[in-house]
Amino acid sequence: MSPHAKTVASWGNLSHGGHMVAAPSFHDEIPMALNELIAQCRSVLPYGLGRSYGDVCLNTGKGLLLTERLDRFLTFDATSGILRAEAGVTIGEALRLTVPKGWFVPVTPGTKFVTLGGAVANDVHGKNHHLAGTFGRFVRKLALRRSDGSVTECGPDRERDLFRATIGGLGLTGLIEWVEIDLQPIASAEIEMQSLRFAGVEGFFEMSADSVSWPYVVSWIDCLSQGSALGRGIFMRGRHAETGALVAARAKGGLGIPVTPPVGLVTPLSVRLFNEAYYRRPGATFTGRTHFDPFFYPLDRLHHWNRAYGPRGFYQYQSVLPPETARRGTIEMLKCIAASGQASCLVVLKNFGDAPAAGMLSFPMAGTTLALDFPNRGNRTLALFAALDDIVVRCGGRLYAAKDARMVPAMFHGGYPELDRFRTFLDPAFDSDLKRRLSI
Amino acid sequence: MSRTAIIILGATSAIAQQYARLQAERGARLLLVGRDSERLAEIAADLTLRGAETVEIPDMDLTAPTDGYQAAWTSLASRLGERLDIVLLAYGALGHQDAAEADPAETVRLLNANMVSACAWLTAAANHLERQGHGTIAAIASVAGDRGRRSNYVYGAAKGGLALFMEGLTHRLAGTPVRVLTVKPGLVDTPMTDDMNKNGPLWATPAKVAADIDKAIARGRTVLYTPWFWRPIMLVIRCLPRVLFHRLRL
Ligand SMILES: Cc1cc2nc3c(=O)[nH]c(=O)nc-3n(C[C@H](O)[C@H](O)[C@H](O)COP(=O)(O)OP(=O)(O)OC[C@H]3O[C@@H](n4cnc5c(N)ncnc54)[C@H](O)[C@@H]3O)c2cc1C
Ligand SMILES: NC(=O)c1ccc[n+]([C@@H]2O[C@H](COP(=O)([O-])OP(=O)(O)OC[C@H]3O[C@@H](n4cnc5c(N)ncnc54)[C@H](OP(=O)(O)O)[C@@H]3O)[C@@H](O)[C@H]2O)c1
Repeated sequence: MSPHAKTVASWGNLSHGGHMVAAPSFHDEIPMALNELIAQCRSVLPYGLGRSYGDVCLNTGKGLLLTERLDRFLTFDATSGILRAEAGVTIGEALRLTVPKGWFVPVTPGTKFVTLGGAVANDVHGKNHHLAGTFGRFVRKLALRRSDGSVTECGPDRERDLFRATIGGLGLTGLIEWVEIDLQPIASAEIEMQSLRFAGVEGFFEMSADSVSWPYVVSWIDCLSQGSALGRGIFMRGRHAETGALVAARAKGGLGIPVTPPVGLVTPLSVRLFNEAYYRRPGATFTGRTHFDPFFYPLDRLHHWNRAYGPRGFYQYQSVLPPETARRGTIEMLKCIAASGQASCLVVLKNFGDAPAAGMLSFPMAGTTLALDFPNRGNRTLALFAALDDIVVRCGGRLYAAKDARMVPAMFHGGYPELDRFRTFLDPAFDSDLKRRLSI
Repeated sequence: MSRTAIIILGATSAIAQQYARLQAERGARLLLVGRDSERLAEIAADLTLRGAETVEIPDMDLTAPTDGYQAAWTSLASRLGERLDIVLLAYGALGHQDAAEADPAETVRLLNANMVSACAWLTAAANHLERQGHGTIAAIASVAGDRGRRSNYVYGAAKGGLALFMEGLTHRLAGTPVRVLTVKPGLVDTPMTDDMNKNGPLWATPAKVAADIDKAIARGRTVLYTPWFWRPIMLVIRCLPRVLFHRLRL
């Protein structure tokens, strides 16, 4: 288990940096792995499944503690729906255990290939944010190991500040060893869903206002459409069905992109063709039932889809604007993006609710969030981001660290008012590319 | 029909753990043998939650059972009751080729950890299953046993010897209801190989290897290369003329 050299990338494939990694398999190996990495590399960062897009999960030239082998269930009570598991357990694995017993994760991101540790450290959100808030709100307890050798059990009612620093703590407060969460009861693995077209961004805001009673709401947008069709898209909403089988996985396998093609497949033309077809396809308006897997995780069917962006990788840009400026700011951003002709097919628009933030650096806040993928075209792409940054800052918004690889420190500092408080809980031996870049 | 009863020798192995998970989800009865009782307990708690009907975790050094192999085997097998369905021998030690070349005692240790002790367990298991008239024996050898190479020939010799032993056992038990499976993994990302450079497309996950073992047992196969592409790769390596082979730094 001794540390060894490895090239590690995050989901955006923007950098392939050398790291020293150690992957403890058992609880008793954790202290030695941490100590050796810190001794050899000066600093360490936990790494889950690298589903973050930017540099929040990277520590180039230094230590990474891989949590993938710490993936055991510790306790699960099928009566109360309380699950305790090691930090490397994925949401997908957890669902395989709990769905047949009638329990679902309280919050899930758009892929099931994330670890519980990663879900906590980025305080992830899902399609139900407007009602449920973030993942961190359902954490009952977690065990945090610090580089001084201490292990602290913390939760909403004990060591509350350290807990609030660790939820959304970007891996910088220590190593989360295990997490205990409250699940939500379900009667069926199926989702009753509706999808509807909207002809422009106004339609999105109207449909969102009409859908607050739906627990899961999200929209796709054709970000190349302009003029009166600006922000046209497809609105999707769903709820857990009352009847139906409790099966965790519908089908196995799926396709994958085996190697990175020498040039990206995501070009303005391919995006335009895809968007037009996706918007017009008959399935774009649909009322019916589907298994939760294609509803929550449509992209998981195509393994390594990030390779489609080619060797230069891609960025994701995810912002949130407060309610007062959301409409105006979103329109401004969409115009800016459409005019640039950049961006890709993957665009998500959603309203967040006003649940109190679970962590000091939690990204979500009441308002509207927009997330888009952009193939890396170097300075052209960065220039577009700078223009978008202006709009976001002017609107009083902020960006999501889990997706970021390029914002400037001032934007982060301005967007996260609890940053100074957070700093007092940093573990001195934990570091990341993002921490250095943003001067956290 | 009652639940599948399985003995895993070397149950803390990454590959063995993944195999145990597959079986736990089907409600198997598991007897996990390893030498670290705390780690076995962590594994057992997880497998129980995943659905295993029973999980027992006797611990011992598998290369040195206190009262000898036969007595240890008899006592292990008796813990699962009437019928034993699957025996998976998974433990092994890669060691360091340099150390083995420098020290004959280390060579002996590696041969014992990977072959001699394994053949002892397999003998006891084979007799048991033959008498019972039912069951599958699977042992994890390695592609390293297919041709002696400078980089790991001591480990390779042990795994090759184990594979030859399994081949003989397959021959002996052909025509009986007992099945024998020799597993030859390629490069698997487990703690055993953490010293190696793991970039590149040849590396498989222990979950993939475990799923392949599971399928091969269900289909009654005799030799499994996993992932599949190691079969053609090793065919080429075995067929390379010596002059050419000696120029390669494999
Ligand atoms: C297709 C796709 C869809 C997505 N959809 C959403 C979405 O809808 N909502 C959303 O919020 N996010 C979304 N994400 C982002 C993703 O949910 C987060 O980046 C998540 O944190 C990734 O988890 P991971 O296990 O891969 O962690 P990594 O990316 O490996 O690490 C993330 C952070 O967690 C820290 N960390 C990991 N494990 C531990 C630990 N044990 N202790 C302490 N710190 C730890 C790391 O140091 C790092 O700072 C999506 C990503 C993809 C690829
Ligand atoms: N990984 C590969 O690339 C690869 C390739 C081909 C074949 N194999 C074979 O696959 C099998 C499983 O290995 P793995 O990859 O899963 O690696 P692993 O996780 O390191 O497993 C090896 C296991 O063997 C156990 N072991 C060794 N000596 C033992 C002893 N005397 N008594 C009890 N247990 C002992 C170890 O236990 P401790 O933790 O207590 O030491 C460890 O759990 C091995 O036979 C290996 O040779 C592996």
